[in-house]
Amino acid sequence: MNDFLLVLVVITALCFDFTNGFHDTGNAMATSIATQALSPRVAVALSGVLNLVGAFLSLSVAATIASGLVDTNLVTLPVVAAGLVGGIIWNLLTWLFGIPSSSSHALIGGVIGSTIAAAGGHAIQWHDLVSKVIIPAGLSPIIAALIAATGTWLLYRISRSLTERARGRGFRIGQIGSASMVSLAHGTNDAQKTMGVITLALIVNGTVPKNATAPFWVILSCGLAISLGTYLGGWRVIRTLGKGLVEIQAPQGMAAESASAAVILLSSGFGYSLSTTHVATGSIVGTGLGKRGADVRWNTAGRMATAWLFTLPCAGLMGAGAEFLARAIGRTPGVIVVLAILAAVAGAVYWRSRANKVDHNNVNDEWTGSVAPAEPEPAAAA
Amino acid sequence: MSWINLAALWKIVVFGLIAGAGLPALFALGLLALSRGGGRAQVAGDDSDVVVGGNPAGIVVAALCFLVVLAAIGWGIYEIYQIGHPATK
Repeated sequence: MNDFLLVLVVITALCFDFTNGFHDTGNAMATSIATQALSPRVAVALSGVLNLVGAFLSLSVAATIASGLVDTNLVTLPVVAAGLVGGIIWNLLTWLFGIPSSSSHALIGGVIGSTIAAAGGHAIQWHDLVSKVIIPAGLSPIIAALIAATGTWLLYRISRSLTERARGRGFRIGQIGSASMVSLAHGTNDAQKTMGVITLALIVNGTVPKNATAPFWVILSCGLAISLGTYLGGWRVIRTLGKGLVEIQAPQGMAAESASAAVILLSSGFGYSLSTTHVATGSIVGTGLGKRGADVRWNTAGRMATAWLFTLPCAGLMGAGAEFLARAIGRTPGVIVVLAILAAVAGAVYWRSRANKVDHNNVNDEWTGSVAPAEPEPAAAA
Repeated sequence: MSWINLAALWKIVVFGLIAGAGLPALFALGLLALSRGGGRAQVAGDDSDVVVGGNPAGIVVAALCFLVVLAAIGWGIYEIYQIGHPATK
């Protein structure tokens, strides 16, 4: 029992949840922002509210996410803290480069890395890690792309007799609905993962009995943290997803969002904690494949896929490093030092991001191959 | 000790196609019906962004399509709530 350490861990977990929110706003809203179905600021506000609703909607995966992958008897509070630090640092770095990497993998990687560092490889449920995390991570973008490509083809086929502008207007209305569903799905899926980690910390500390479900204050605080992060808007990632992969029109946006929402919600029904990022990216690539004449920028897609491969091991290494450091210094002071380093890294990343800022003003500028739009010209009023 | 749950996989693909591609297609059919013109020849040019054509039958069909889409979404959310909150303690 160490309540001070527990408070530190809960705060760190909520910080992770916050980065999860702003890293993933783009999964739900990038396509709606790109087609101007929603103005950037309305989009992030809507998405934030729906994430909060989603956090309360379903509680099925909450307690299993982290405790199903590691042996809870071998995990301690500093291990959980170190794992969270690994996940947060990876999320911040990928956000800086505008890479939509998986927040879920960052979290899972971080916790696994710190657990291995603390207790060795036998503390990991390797079979579950492969069958519940790694294989679904490989399959989900392909399934999402297939569904989105089919949807895109159907939408253009059915609506071909409409005029270009009528079609744009009709499907932009549809997009508001489909993007809302993705936001809701994101809340049911990703907010759960942090709830799972906080519940794990409470179990480890003996505050709640084993097999306890997430207490109400955990659900509420996780929902608030993720929706606040979402509202802040991860404009860099939004820009890469909305402009960097495919030039998106309204029917494609609706097809992509519907495919993402369907795959995420169905998979969580089967207990797979998919990465919403992988699904959303797969869907957007799929809409490029389903429309004749649309170009998929494969170099951007390739760069993302590479980042996905590195997410689990890199977050794992950072989690392991944090755990070694925390242990070398000693229990509570060790965790405080690691958190101080985290704060320093976060500050540096934030300072670096100011140098080439992406926000709601320039998020839709012409894609020129980089996250930050070409410098001087201020976003021309559309 | 299976690595891939094939039973879940095919269900995700099939239901995913129905909900993720079928529902937006139904929405598109609704839009198409809605845009059907009335008795007079369509005056709107290529540049028109008018979505409602004015044909009463078209409007009824469109309303049906949109209702089915909304009902499917509502049912889906209800199912998720049911799965997420297993029987009261």
